[in-house]
Amino acid sequence: MNRVVITGAGTINPLGHSVAATFEAMREGRSGIGDLDIRDVERLTVRIGAQVKGYAPDERFNRQQQALYDRFTQFTLIAADEALTQSGLSFSGQLAAETGVVLGTSGGGLGTLDDNYRAVYEEGKNRVHPFIVPKLMNNAAASHVSMTYNVKGPSFTVATACASSNHAMGQAFHLIRSGLARVMITGGSESMLCFGGVKAWEGLRVMSKDACRPFSANRNGMVQGEGAGIFVFEDYAHAKKRGADILAEVVGFSMTSDASDIVMPSQQGAARAIAGALTDARISADQVGYINAHGTGTAANDKTECAAVASVFGRQADQVMISSTKSMHGHLIGGTGAVELLACIMALKDGVIAPTIGYEEPDPECALDVVPNEAREASVDHVLSNAFAFGGLNAVLALKKIG
Amino acid sequence: MGAEVKQTIVEIIAEQAVLEPSDISLDQSLEDLGIDSMGLVEAIFSIEERFDIQVPFNANEPESSEFDISSVASIIAAVDGLIAAQKAG
Repeated sequence: MNRVVITGAGTINPLGHSVAATFEAMREGRSGIGDLDIRDVERLTVRIGAQVKGYAPDERFNRQQQALYDRFTQFTLIAADEALTQSGLSFSGQLAAETGVVLGTSGGGLGTLDDNYRAVYEEGKNRVHPFIVPKLMNNAAASHVSMTYNVKGPSFTVATACASSNHAMGQAFHLIRSGLARVMITGGSESMLCFGGVKAWEGLRVMSKDACRPFSANRNGMVQGEGAGIFVFEDYAHAKKRGADILAEVVGFSMTSDASDIVMPSQQGAARAIAGALTDARISADQVGYINAHGTGTAANDKTECAAVASVFGRQADQVMISSTKSMHGHLIGGTGAVELLACIMALKDGVIAPTIGYEEPDPECALDVVPNEAREASVDHVLSNAFAFGGLNAVLALKKIG
Repeated sequence: MGAEVKQTIVEIIAEQAVLEPSDISLDQSLEDLGIDSMGLVEAIFSIEERFDIQVPFNANEPESSEFDISSVASIIAAVDGLIAAQKAG
């Protein structure tokens, strides 16, 4: 089995337009959540979100590109550019054939769908732009990455709601570990902050109208975000041979299904995924210093997740730090695991644990060290990243410090 | 108005509970009727659609909501209140 390392990272999310800016915001415990600035916001009851601010598509993409790139694809390509630049890799010949792209998204080109439904239903138009289908399809981002970087190996998109990115990165990990690929570009992207996207979530009545306060007794729901996180996963021997800078090693991955409810999470399903990632990584709970929680800020997730961690970690549960960075960047749905992996890399590489901000009141059902409100310096060797999706699909990654 | 609201709400709740409206008694709670959180959210949606009102309800904090869902009777009373408040003027 090949070892798998991360040699590039890139992002654009509500906390910043680069990894460095995101790390800084996480260190400072800054919130990217604010008033939604979208069309027809006055017809929504949920009017907050974590939007990518200060981004002008015209400065990055020409008119022809914008005709093909939905906002989720734009975010992907911006993040991929940063990750690939950092990795120093370019693809031709055999390496191109042994490199693929696996990305997570839940809504894909939902904004494009929303805009064009408006055009035909609301405005009564009988004609839409010829590229709507290739623009909105869920695999558009993965395909444009493969075309932009001449990547010719296994490429596809994974859609498992809120666990999409973790499932995608797990596939990338497996492809390299088993020898089916040498390099994988992976992560995920989401852009659902449009009228139809928020309206659909509003209907479920799990969204907060004021803030995302994971694990806090007074939490009242999730806040949606948008953005992308993209990583270069690489065969360790290949990275070592070319003298690449290694950010972290991916050492374990586990997937489980609750097989119980379409929206309510299961403690057992989550616990099996966490335990599975430890087993796959061949580490014990006491070696894990930090967990990036799924931590949505809903009543259901947070208590179930804490119970799952407590059941797997036993007495060690009091020693491990667990934070939800969704308190800062919101819930990026299919892209969330990718942006959250950045907090894991920051913990391993820089020894800084991102906080759970907005924490106001302890909840006896979430009695773990949730790193409240302020980042913490700590040296950790192993970390986990949790993702538990609607539909009961769970995916947990284990990472290790390199060096 | 009152009797009509009551009858409609009983029908909505009966549909979620997979019972006949005649099987529903006003002092029962949704739990007694076997209606879970998803059934409740669907019932609230039906109430909003049927009466064209907005029901303040967050599934994360059902007990601290202004909308009292402790029994069938309390839901009817709450909807009566919302209709009066939202249809006034």
